[in-house]
Amino acid sequence: MNDNNPPLQPSRSKPWNDPRVRAIFFQVVALAAIAWSGWTLIENTLANMESRGISTGFGFLDQSAGFGIIMSLIPYDATYSYGRTFFVGLLNTLLVSAMGIVAATILGFIIGVARLSSNWLIAKLSLAYIEIIRNIPILLQIFFWYFAVLRSLPTPRQSVDVGGVFFLNNRGLYLPDPIAQPGFGWVEAALVIAIVAVVIIKRWAKKRQLATGEIFPTVKVGISILIGLPLLAYLATGGPIEWDIPALKGFNFGGGITLIPELAALWVALTLFTAAFIAEIVRSGILSVSKGQTEAARALGLHNGLTLRLVVIPQAMRVIIPPLTSQYLNLFKNSSLATAIGYPDLVSVFMGTTLNQTGQAVEVVAMTMAVYLTVSLLISFFMNLYNRAAALKER
Amino acid sequence: MTEQMQSEQGQTVVDSAKADKTIIHVEAMHKWYGSFHVLKNLNLDVAQGERIVICGPSGSGKSTFIRCINRLEEHQQGKIVVDGVELTDDVRHIDSVRKEVGMVFQHFNLFPHMTVLENCCVAPIWVRKTPRKEAEATAMEYLKRVKIPDQANKYPGQLSGGQQQRVAIARALCMKPKIMLFDEPTSALDPEMIKEVLDTMIELASSGMTMLCVTHEMGFAKTVADRVIFMDGGEIVESAPPHDFFDNPQEPRTQQFLKQILHH
Ligand SMILES: Nc1ncnc2c1ncn2[C@@H]1O[C@H](COP(=O)(O)OP(=O)(O)OP(=O)(O)O)[C@@H](O)[C@H]1O
Ligand SMILES: [Mg+2]
Repeated sequence: MNDNNPPLQPSRSKPWNDPRVRAIFFQVVALAAIAWSGWTLIENTLANMESRGISTGFGFLDQSAGFGIIMSLIPYDATYSYGRTFFVGLLNTLLVSAMGIVAATILGFIIGVARLSSNWLIAKLSLAYIEIIRNIPILLQIFFWYFAVLRSLPTPRQSVDVGGVFFLNNRGLYLPDPIAQPGFGWVEAALVIAIVAVVIIKRWAKKRQLATGEIFPTVKVGISILIGLPLLAYLATGGPIEWDIPALKGFNFGGGITLIPELAALWVALTLFTAAFIAEIVRSGILSVSKGQTEAARALGLHNGLTLRLVVIPQAMRVIIPPLTSQYLNLFKNSSLATAIGYPDLVSVFMGTTLNQTGQAVEVVAMTMAVYLTVSLLISFFMNLYNRAAALKER
Repeated sequence: MTEQMQSEQGQTVVDSAKADKTIIHVEAMHKWYGSFHVLKNLNLDVAQGERIVICGPSGSGKSTFIRCINRLEEHQQGKIVVDGVELTDDVRHIDSVRKEVGMVFQHFNLFPHMTVLENCCVAPIWVRKTPRKEAEATAMEYLKRVKIPDQANKYPGQLSGGQQQRVAIARALCMKPKIMLFDEPTSALDPEMIKEVLDTMIELASSGMTMLCVTHEMGFAKTVADRVIFMDGGEIVESAPPHDFFDNPQEPRTQQFLKQILHH
């Protein structure tokens, strides 16, 4: 030891050399810059609107809208308020997004697995599907389904008629509408009982497997109970459902449920487009599980189904979930292309017609953006919850 | 059969001593990868409790051969009978053979999303339909035998290579197999971990397990093996008890191979 050496000084003697201080400093500067630009933007807009005589605030939401919307999940007509148009559009957006996410997930998983099939034709067909669909802009595909396919269907008078209950024409797909009659409560009660019973059976089967090792066919029995019990109740109470069957009245159909072509086209296009990306995600997820894993499972005597369920899928899901989340977000945001074919989603109704009529650009745009932001963050949040549950506990 | 007797003359004594039951019977077996003839006319009978070491240069088909025995690879010609069941396309035959044949891989292949204990219990529970309590008790027993009961609730990623390989051995043993196959179980390990795995395998051998090991650990072959098989170019070139095999190899290819590896 050499005592002549001066003691080592911590090199962070000056605060601006301390990385932590620097980090905080730069963050404060960045925040200040953002706040300043945001404020300038808002101030400018407000000044512009004032000079053009547009009042600010959310008072317009209570005014009567005065325009019709072709499809609404809640009661709506032209006498309702602008505020109501917001909810009509929001629900329509959520409807097509939810339908799209469910369908695209199912289709995407099927095509992703098919892509890995050892059957040459199936594998090549899936490859062709993926390559064609994901390389054509989504807007073009929406136009294709709307104008080329659905709009060119026959007119209501020449509808495609399936058994006198389903009708397909250029105004949409018409389905019979089930209307509950007195006594239907029994069927609903039976369904609730069936669900409870299945939950109990599942618990019992698991306990029994732990205790005796016997595996109970939970899925088969569960499905039969879920279908069988309500069906029994339905038959026992003498079929308390009446079908409102669509019928041609004048130039168009009345009664039943209508799936309008705008919704159908948007749904099909979003589903097919997103499924192509999900298929690739699923494929890479499955491929990310090494061949050694499958071999080890096989060598232990686990058959194909169990290998997939216990070994491959749990590991693949970790790789699949994050990019799957961004596909869900894409689909949700792409649903705003509804405007192009006139499906009354949030953007088309609220940011379109309502904004045009009221001129309340700041409020309308802010509300719409807030919706997309909130729903997107919610989707991410739930997918992250799932991802955390599926994550590997390693090291 | 006569041909086989001749080619395994050195073996007849050992065979008759243990000849009570042949547990693996391979007869005139061939395998191709596309047009590449990997395995050529393999013949082998393994008696119950016999310990066999397979060695040979890289690419000689050792892995392919033992993987045919639990049908991870399929053969195109000839016959493989394991514990009285012939391996064909019949899925039930394959499943029943795999229940009785445990396998340990070079790269362990533990399931990373399951704890050590779950790794050991998954097959007994789902294939043998053992109650979980019982499966866990058995698993703990085998984990004790491979000397890592304290790691039972860790994940494979938290263990050293040697520990992982011992878990892999315990996992295979939990199915109570009649035969254990090892494909270079120590060649992915650091030298200081090789011994702990070999000790586990020696202990297993002394318990009377039928074992087929592909390995280049010649010390292990000398102490444990009843027979050493040398493969080259997809053929079984020589098959002899270890003292004959190492001290008095008959085939020039074997002599050359031994010269190479013993000089290392
Ligand atoms: N799936 C496959 N497709 C085509 N050829 C293969 C395949 N697997 C192995 N081979 C070839 O078969 C031959 C035998 O391979 P194998 O893995 O059985 O050799 P090995 O004796 O185990 O060699 P090593 O000591 O390197 O593990 C090699 O030439 C290899 O290239
Ligand atoms: Mg090998």
